[in-house]
Amino acid sequence: MTTSNLHDMTVAELAQALKSKQVSAVEVATRFLAQTGGNPHNAFLDIDSEVTLAQAQASDTRLAAGTGGLLEGVPVAHKDVFVTRDFVTTAGSKILTGYRSPFDATLVQKLGASEFGGAGMVTLGKLNCDEFAMGSANENSAFGKVTNPWDTARVPGGSSGGSAAAVAARLTPAATGTDTGGSIRQPASFCGITGIKPTYGRASRYGMIAYASSLDQGGPMARNAEDCALLLSAMCGPDLDRDSTSLDVPAEDFTASLNASIEGLRIGVPKEFFGEGLTADVRAAVDGALHEYEKLGAKLVPISLPRTELSIPVYYIIAPAEASSNLSRFDGVKFGHRAKDYVDLVDMYKKTRAEGFGSEVKRRIMTGAYVLSHGYYDAYYLQAQKIRRMIADDFQNAFKQCDVIAGPVAPSVAWKFGENANDPVADYLADIFTLPASLAGLPGMSLPAGFGAGNMPVGLQLIGNYFQEAKLLNAAHRLQQATDFHLRKPEGI
Amino acid sequence: MSLTPQDIARIANLARLELQPDESERMLTQINGFFGIVEAMQAVDTTGIEPMAHPVAAIQDITLRLRPDVVSEPNQRDLNQRSAPAVERGLFLVPKVIE
Repeated sequence: MTTSNLHDMTVAELAQALKSKQVSAVEVATRFLAQTGGNPHNAFLDIDSEVTLAQAQASDTRLAAGTGGLLEGVPVAHKDVFVTRDFVTTAGSKILTGYRSPFDATLVQKLGASEFGGAGMVTLGKLNCDEFAMGSANENSAFGKVTNPWDTARVPGGSSGGSAAAVAARLTPAATGTDTGGSIRQPASFCGITGIKPTYGRASRYGMIAYASSLDQGGPMARNAEDCALLLSAMCGPDLDRDSTSLDVPAEDFTASLNASIEGLRIGVPKEFFGEGLTADVRAAVDGALHEYEKLGAKLVPISLPRTELSIPVYYIIAPAEASSNLSRFDGVKFGHRAKDYVDLVDMYKKTRAEGFGSEVKRRIMTGAYVLSHGYYDAYYLQAQKIRRMIADDFQNAFKQCDVIAGPVAPSVAWKFGENANDPVADYLADIFTLPASLAGLPGMSLPAGFGAGNMPVGLQLIGNYFQEAKLLNAAHRLQQATDFHLRKPEGI
Repeated sequence: MSLTPQDIARIANLARLELQPDESERMLTQINGFFGIVEAMQAVDTTGIEPMAHPVAAIQDITLRLRPDVVSEPNQRDLNQRSAPAVERGLFLVPKVIE
């Protein structure tokens, strides 16, 4: 087998080629390491070819012995909020410059070396992201912006912008991402790839640097639904001793029902997702995908999610509140950056945090500290948690009439750098279609549905009821069998 | 409602963040801009609604687990301290706090 087109193969194809010994894990890893040379799009934050090649050699040994895992030897790269023993972990923040974790995150372990029960994937490195996963454009990384492979003048989306750009530019066949308010789905949409956030509690948060603990959830990003299903099958499962919010729901083979018929599938179309905020080009692409579903035998059902707009303030109260608490651990004592000059302990904390955090992170810490402070807790945090339940109940009402919900991922295609830079609220408003499912803890995914302004990719969002990931992946796979949007790639790749 | 410069100073102290004067000013404008969209939340009648902490509580009872209070991790002091800014004889160093 020639190695020249290895970078263009999917996870499923690579796994097959490795298993049938058409190619070795070292050859595959070498090819992808060559792809990452010069760090295109500034997608990677840490690469260590020695570590990667050692993992690939171990994979080859297991493949030769026939003891390999399900994805033995297939490369993957991790968003930098997952801690890793063998690579630096910064979460895109200066405050964690050079940090080396003593352990691997559960998801890193589950995808990694099969001798420790993992799927056998080989790690290519760590991927750029918004600082502590706070952002929608990857403009908030302390280590520079990531560019969109479809148009380098545009943002890749965020916060998993490095993950999305790396997959779109064929620097890795798959990546991990995390989704707190849309951070897997929105960059997947902006970069024309496929990504899924499972039900909150299905994938362990152990070793995922916490932003908003009641919302954070990891998931895979890849080129198509089949690859996402392969990775997600390895990622889900209880981690009861290590993650107190992990649910005791067994792992599942999400590839089993990919090809099931979707004849008669009821797709709910929320009218609030198609209001005046939605740009015409995105609407046209999403309508096209919905029409394609009708041709495949699905039935479109008009539904309502009446509190869609409220999800913006509710999310931007709850997430910063949890962030202000989670980020109190970065104090210049146990890890990372410490200010040079200070007069006492409190001064050291204040200066360390002032130097170490970027402006969006500071803004969210301040907002969070304010809404949790004495006299404001009931009016803001508690009120937001109550409306959060109402939003979750709205979904349960909607699912009485439909099996999955479909709509746009974001109101527009990827915007140009700098467009929203001085107005954080403009970025917040653009999260409107991903926040409701995040607040409700529901599984959601994005898959390529067409192209809009500037020939930029448009994603279709699918939202399922709790634990219905298999249904989402099935619906996505069927659409990808009938369309070729997921096969298109940026020019020059 | 609107935050004042005094609110910003008070919260920055609570959050242990040193803010430069221009930073505080920008923060005040931006956070007040954000609270403009929070107003909509105040108008919602939430009488009798339970606050939700774990989202899956929308469909089933969720109680957060406590694990037995036993040692579960091996001693990794060196690994745990390798990224610390100041360590001596296995201890994290901080500025003097007791006179």
